[in-house]
Amino acid sequence: MSDLLNPTLGNAPYDVMRVRQDFPILTRLVHEKKGRAGKPLVYLDNGASAQKPRQVIDAMSHLLEHDYANVHRGVHFLSQRSTDLYEATRDKVATFLNAPSRENIVFTRNATEAFNLLANSWGGRFLQAGDAVIISWMEHHANIVPWQLLRDRIGITIKVVPVLDDGSLDMAAYEAMLTPEVKLVSIAHASNVLGTVNPAARIARLAHAKGILVAFDGSQAAVHQPVDVQAIDADFYIFTGHKLYGPTGIGVLYGRKELLDKMPPWQGGGDMISTVSFEKTTYREAPYRFEAGTPAIVEGVGLGAAIDYVTALGMDAIQAHEQRLLAYATHKLSEIEGLRIIGTAPDKAAIISFTMDGIHPHDIGTLLDRGGVAVRVGRHCAEPLMDRFGVGATARASFGLYNTEAEVDVLVEAVQACKAFFG
Amino acid sequence: MFDDLRDLYQEVILDHGKNPRNFGRPAAFNRTARGDNPMCGDKIAIYLTVGEDGTIQDLHFDGRGCAISQASASLMTEILRGKSMKEAEALFGYFHDMCTKDEDEQGDHGSLDEDATDKLAVLSGVREFPMRVKCATLAWHTMNAALHGEATTSTENASF
Repeated sequence: MSDLLNPTLGNAPYDVMRVRQDFPILTRLVHEKKGRAGKPLVYLDNGASAQKPRQVIDAMSHLLEHDYANVHRGVHFLSQRSTDLYEATRDKVATFLNAPSRENIVFTRNATEAFNLLANSWGGRFLQAGDAVIISWMEHHANIVPWQLLRDRIGITIKVVPVLDDGSLDMAAYEAMLTPEVKLVSIAHASNVLGTVNPAARIARLAHAKGILVAFDGSQAAVHQPVDVQAIDADFYIFTGHKLYGPTGIGVLYGRKELLDKMPPWQGGGDMISTVSFEKTTYREAPYRFEAGTPAIVEGVGLGAAIDYVTALGMDAIQAHEQRLLAYATHKLSEIEGLRIIGTAPDKAAIISFTMDGIHPHDIGTLLDRGGVAVRVGRHCAEPLMDRFGVGATARASFGLYNTEAEVDVLVEAVQACKAFFG
Repeated sequence: MFDDLRDLYQEVILDHGKNPRNFGRPAAFNRTARGDNPMCGDKIAIYLTVGEDGTIQDLHFDGRGCAISQASASLMTEILRGKSMKEAEALFGYFHDMCTKDEDEQGDHGSLDEDATDKLAVLSGVREFPMRVKCATLAWHTMNAALHGEATTSTENASF
């Protein structure tokens, strides 16, 4: 697939207009109707799911048209071809995260499934009644509910690190929570609502000093900045493909090999076994023992193409571009009277949640949509955080590698018009 | 920018959304239910005073939500005061159909108070906004739950 890359892009200045040409959907109009001109799409819902570049779409179509068969089992040509392409993504993910080896990379359906795997397999084996898991107030439900299910099953406790008024993690409170019963810290690397980027290396260092393991939810961080799991010293790191410009149906659990090796399977079936008899079945080594059944082959190949794509652009360059957008959008939105930005931590990914005096986020969402601007409104699968900030819901603009300052201007104009409409 | 949104956000809706009638928990009531739309964060509570003859003597609501859900709840409290349980159920059926079905597919809900159906017509615009139907119907589902002695309802459990 290397012919799909443009090796010169990595060193060139970030050319967002050229990048946009890679995303077919960005040229479409929305709300086109007889007698009504459509509006250009301003897609600012990347935190929910990102759009896909031609390179990802082509890689998936190409596989289906030329190379598709089931993986890991056939001796025939196409099975080998599919296996090679699918397994190549494991190497790409390892490189993307700077993991020591491809064997650190477990494929899951999404980040949610990765957390369920972690809670069921690692948690089910190594936690017992009275043990504690630390999460934070800014977690997505994916990093809350699996631990609650485990709590209800085996009697662990869940401790929640508070969030300061600016949306930063309360690190003093966190440090004080690292007591002997705590066995795992499982925290968002970046918040999907506040945008806060948490100090992952420091979180891990403090936990490790007490012999506590650390898992990060990288669903939002891994799409906005370079991630080095060894530099931050993560024991587990989780992200999902569809927010990284890849397809739905494929996610990743990175785990330290010595930890994965000790973890039992959590789903049984084909592909994850070594030998099966009715008396005794033995399981394959990690990561394969966690991947029961035919995997998401096409999606796996799509994720590989997405990683190739963002790598060619450079995660540093993407981050720099998005940080410019974040600064510009924060500045412009802050000028609007009655608009409150929820989450103003010093270190933020390109995500802006906001509320407006006297206008419910749901109404903001409908109006912005009519202006062609796609944002997320609601609780963002983070209900406790909404309660923490005393809001029932927020509107959220989340930026991606293809967004422009001109699109920020459209957003701001639409917000102003929204204010006038309800004024 | 939003001219065609006037179908959804008619003046009456904007008015009821901003100044909801019968808002707040009353000192006395004999039936209540809470309604929740977990997808968008709307929460509502309905407080009914139902007489021994089954007449809705009084009703109030509180909670928070978008202009559509607040206006719908507010209009409902005006419409249902003095109605029998049976009339309330019939109006609920009518309103639900109005929000979700094309005119030629809407069911027969018997003879209804015309003042009530006229008032409800301002919300018919939600039919063109499928994502907003639950906003409009939340108050009615919650009222129906209260009427039938259920404590809570959720847009994710009922067949909205």
